[in-house]
Amino acid sequence: MAVPMSETIPARPQRTARPARAVQYVLLLGIAAVFIGPLYWLLTTALKAPDEIYQFPPAWWPSRLTWENFGLAWDAAPFGRFFLNSTIATVAGTALKVANAVLTAYAFVYLRFPFKNALFLVILGAMMVPGHVTLLPNYLTVATLGWINTYAGLIIPGIGSAFATFLMRQHFRTLPREVTDAASVDGAGHLRTLWQVVLPMSRPMLVTVVVITAVEEWNNFVWPLIVTNTAEMRTLPVGLLILKDQEGLSNWGTIMAGTLVVLAPMLVIFFVAQRWIVGGITAGAVKG
Amino acid sequence: MTAVGESIRTRPDAPVRPVPSARPRPLREYGLFALMVAPNLIVIAVFAYWPIVYNAYLSLTDWNMIAVRPTFVGLANYARALTDPAFHQTLWVTVAFTGLVVAGSLVIGLALAVLLNQPLAGRGIVRTLSFAPHVLSGAAVATLWLFIFDPGYGLVRALLDPLGITSPDFVNSSDGALFGLVIVYLWKNVGFAALIYLTGMQSLPRELDEAAVLDGAGSWTRFRRVTLPQLRPITFFLLITTVIGTFQAFDVIAVMTGGGPGDATTTLSWAIYSEGFEAFDAGRAATLSIIMFVLLLIVTAVQARIMERRMHV
Repeated sequence: MAVPMSETIPARPQRTARPARAVQYVLLLGIAAVFIGPLYWLLTTALKAPDEIYQFPPAWWPSRLTWENFGLAWDAAPFGRFFLNSTIATVAGTALKVANAVLTAYAFVYLRFPFKNALFLVILGAMMVPGHVTLLPNYLTVATLGWINTYAGLIIPGIGSAFATFLMRQHFRTLPREVTDAASVDGAGHLRTLWQVVLPMSRPMLVTVVVITAVEEWNNFVWPLIVTNTAEMRTLPVGLLILKDQEGLSNWGTIMAGTLVVLAPMLVIFFVAQRWIVGGITAGAVKG
Repeated sequence: MTAVGESIRTRPDAPVRPVPSARPRPLREYGLFALMVAPNLIVIAVFAYWPIVYNAYLSLTDWNMIAVRPTFVGLANYARALTDPAFHQTLWVTVAFTGLVVAGSLVIGLALAVLLNQPLAGRGIVRTLSFAPHVLSGAAVATLWLFIFDPGYGLVRALLDPLGITSPDFVNSSDGALFGLVIVYLWKNVGFAALIYLTGMQSLPRELDEAAVLDGAGSWTRFRRVTLPQLRPITFFLLITTVIGTFQAFDVIAVMTGGGPGDATTTLSWAIYSEGFEAFDAGRAATLSIIMFVLLLIVTAVQARIMERRMHV
């Protein structure tokens, strides 16, 4: 390829022409507006005084900012309690699910067991069961266990892990075997090898799995809707539905304040942990 | 492809220790394996596999969940579903909704990925912004869009009114509601499709494209004949995951339309919920669940089949 071939290359400009570039920038700005617009609308409405929400054409920039809507949302529904429940369900649910994934993956990679591969297929097969299909039977099972409207009922059915187990196992298999073997020669038991050798070597994958799981738990809607039945046990997304039904569609300031409370934590986590979320999601797609 | 797999490298100078060939006491190892795997396996068995069996049984019964035990009715629930116009309407809405969301996500996602693949300043920020809605609560996003679609004070009216266009009713009209849902799901999913396409494009070997440039192919021809065929596995992955996800779409529907007006937005996923938890008809909800399970199983089986064929050819 070192042959000079400037003559054979058709005289096509490799650089995109200026007008085309300008069009691309206009499109890029338009797309940015499509995604920022609704979030800006949410944020400003939540912070506007009611008279500025109900005017047309709208106040694009609120003349004064107020926290009043958040107070109204807190009065209309126990948002503090919803927040607590969401936090408990997300933290406990994520911890248990990731623990399941890590322990299962470690066992499948480093321990012997008869019919291990067939057993792994059983775990992977759970990915073929659409969650929505399990709602009614799981509700009945949880009722039999006496877990309706409890944290156990809210959390336990979701801590089985197939996809995260798969990701962790694939990752453990890439770790150099000498290191774990060395640890076991040095007399470390399996749990110590896992905790002190394998996990520290898997930190990026672990962060990815934790963040993706936490986002799912926080946003979970249909299961908390079904399994809880009092305001004290509702989580934020379900509480928001209650607020919306209660306020009718006439009190947008209050409703948008509630919406912002539900969205904001995940938005913050997303912008902080973006790298790991994107890494995990594209790893599943492009490798798969 | 990510940095995830490279956190540690084997150092060539690392002392090689003799690997104990046959470790003693396999029974102890078996026991530890069982202890580590059991919690996960039990939860999966009880809350993922058992529901299929339980659904299959319940679908053969009539039960209001109050009576002591379900009444066995054979295949009556399935027979009723096949002849029920309401069920046909549900299937039609599900197919239309899934088709629009899937086609929209793939086409717009691909176009967005092509744009973000250009060397433009600020494209990283736009990539992040377009992907952000994917991680947000569907219930909250739906509530936000209810206000955006509000006929009196919503953002859509504020933008369309100066142009002299009356904003369509995307929530309460039976023609518009389904489109309203599609718009919200696209807003939530397009960035995900774009991100996957973009990652795929950036991992393609450059040689083919360069060869096509040397052959004098224009950018559109190169995209059609070189890039797009190479992206086929990615398109396929997105197609399957989006179909499976959209089939189960629930939170946005629950908040925005509740299956209505009438049954205009009653998808299979909404019907399962309303039969089970509003009408308390366990037999019918279970029947619809089994139908959804079988439909998605077919989708997954087709995927496995095509993947396999591609690998062997």
